[in-house]
Amino acid sequence: MALTTRLRRRVAVWGMDLVNATSRVLRRGSGTVAGGHLALRIDPNLLRSLTEGADVALVSGTNGKTTTTALLTQALRTAREVATNDTGSNMTTGHVATAAHAAPNAVVVLEVDEAYLAKTAVWTTPRVVVLLNLSRDQLDRASEVRMVAEKWRTMCSTTTATVVANADDPLIVYAASAASSVVWVAAGSSWNLDAVGCPSCGGHIAFGDDGWACGHCAFRRPMPSVACRADDGDLEVALDGVLYRHPFSLPGAFNRGNAALALAAASILGAAPEQAIAALVEVKSVAGRYSHEVVDGRQVSLLLAKNPAGWSSLFEVVAGNGDPLVLSINARTADGADPSWLYDVPFEVLRGRTVVATGDRRHDLSVRLHYAEVDHAVDDDQRAAITRAATPGRPVTFIGNYTAFGALVAEVRG
Amino acid sequence: MIRIAVLYPDLLGTYGDGGNAQVLECRARWRGLEVAVAQVLAGDEVPDADLYLLGGGEDGPQARAADLLQRDRGLHRAVDRGATVFAVCAGYQILGHHFISSDGSATPGLGLLDVETVRTDERRAVGEVLAEVVARGWTAVPTLTGFENHGGRTRLGAGVEPLAHVEYGVGNGEDATEGAVAGNVVATYLHGPVLARNPGLADALLERVVGSPLAPLNDERIALLRDDRLALRP
Ligand SMILES: [Zn+2]
Repeated sequence: MALTTRLRRRVAVWGMDLVNATSRVLRRGSGTVAGGHLALRIDPNLLRSLTEGADVALVSGTNGKTTTTALLTQALRTAREVATNDTGSNMTTGHVATAAHAAPNAVVVLEVDEAYLAKTAVWTTPRVVVLLNLSRDQLDRASEVRMVAEKWRTMCSTTTATVVANADDPLIVYAASAASSVVWVAAGSSWNLDAVGCPSCGGHIAFGDDGWACGHCAFRRPMPSVACRADDGDLEVALDGVLYRHPFSLPGAFNRGNAALALAAASILGAAPEQAIAALVEVKSVAGRYSHEVVDGRQVSLLLAKNPAGWSSLFEVVAGNGDPLVLSINARTADGADPSWLYDVPFEVLRGRTVVATGDRRHDLSVRLHYAEVDHAVDDDQRAAITRAATPGRPVTFIGNYTAFGALVAEVRG
Repeated sequence: MIRIAVLYPDLLGTYGDGGNAQVLECRARWRGLEVAVAQVLAGDEVPDADLYLLGGGEDGPQARAADLLQRDRGLHRAVDRGATVFAVCAGYQILGHHFISSDGSATPGLGLLDVETVRTDERRAVGEVLAEVVARGWTAVPTLTGFENHGGRTRLGAGVEPLAHVEYGVGNGEDATEGAVAGNVVATYLHGPVLARNPGLADALLERVVGSPLAPLNDERIALLRDDRLALRP
């Protein structure tokens, strides 16, 4: 590396650290964005040079990015040092902050925003790319989901990485099947409205208990080599012909799928599956999600859902219990300004439950519940909504979208 | 029996558009009217119905829906015999003479509304909309509130009237008009569950089908949402 290149990189990282430290002191955000912007202006090639020679794993998808990144990180730490962007900064500014402080032999595990995946793969030459799922999310500002699938397919056709991909999501299979090396994981899917039209030929995809297939062309679910299932709260993963089984506390079929994808990726990067699975089941909560808090004397389980697929899969989790529910909807920039998607969420399954609607857009949610014929109360304050929902002897389940969830976590954790 | 047909929800259902059928179904059923909703998937024959709904969609599926409806002709026959049609966003554009695909080419529409959708240099219209209904026969419908998200701009021909006059937002993008009406065909850029936010429009559509005024419903919850959205009024 030429001297000027190294110097530019050092100046960029030094500037980034200074700005980030300052914004952390001033408590403006997580302290990785402002400095990252500065550093990338000084050295636009910074992410490429910082990750040169390092093992990099990228994790992307509409839902489960943060959780899967945390599971993969935990699994890999059994074998290697890991640097990861666990602050939620999943764009280039966050990636350079992570890479700049990675130990020399560390694996760099990056959660990546869907729209940033293709260029991040060019800059970091990853060894592993984990593709979770694709579905409608924030259509007022994000690209249409099929355009994302096309971009990912182009990325897959050129990458040297092993792609660890969810075989149950047709849009993921469409993208990943262009890669030269793919590990298919039966990670499950509780949402297929965005993949009814075949991405390959425009025909109809039929979904059944044993997978999915296009009725018009050869596009069908590939045979997975990694599978998972749950039994009485245990996580079971079949990997390379061996069955691993451990108690697992994260709820939902989607989290077992995330764990299977993380385990497959960890084993490619050198972790022994037995140790890796024993470590990843220790993850009990991720950035507040799935945590249990006491709010004004009430036990509350905190869940985050950002889009129809996310809400649908959480409803599968809460379906089994009769716990009172507080549902909170905002439509700020990070949530997307258009709450039309509420009509894609099957709120009808909540009939007969105790439900309180809250958040900035509680009236949008209230009208949605009205047409779902779900009796409910409305409260303009999240904590008051929790108190209103509380029933003696039962924990309250709080489900919020991005900024609604963040506001409650910030409030109850101080 | 009120027969509602949702056309191609697998192609035109991007923004919670299924909500409009649900709103109409509930508001009919809550009044004791019999109602049936048919979800007509792409490739299925367009059935006989009293009220047809078309939703929003991405460019590729939109072109495919237009092509399938053109071949099927069932929607054309329905309009000829006076059936009511309510189309939203991409569904609105499909009803016109042409619309523009992502590659910039003009795709033929169904010609059921005398409108033409073009692409301009202006940026995509994304955001909240408030509009006063001006179309003859529909002016009893209170101020429309909704959300728009479209790249195209729609020019109205002599054969249609604007549905509404835009107070806030973009709408058709010309002359501050929003949507279009011709006979029993009504179209708007207010996408997704626009009927949830505008129960007056939902009931006006149902009254066209039933042919008589409907009993009032308890819309307290919806009134709170409308107050919230109408507060955007400039
Ligand atoms: Zn096909």
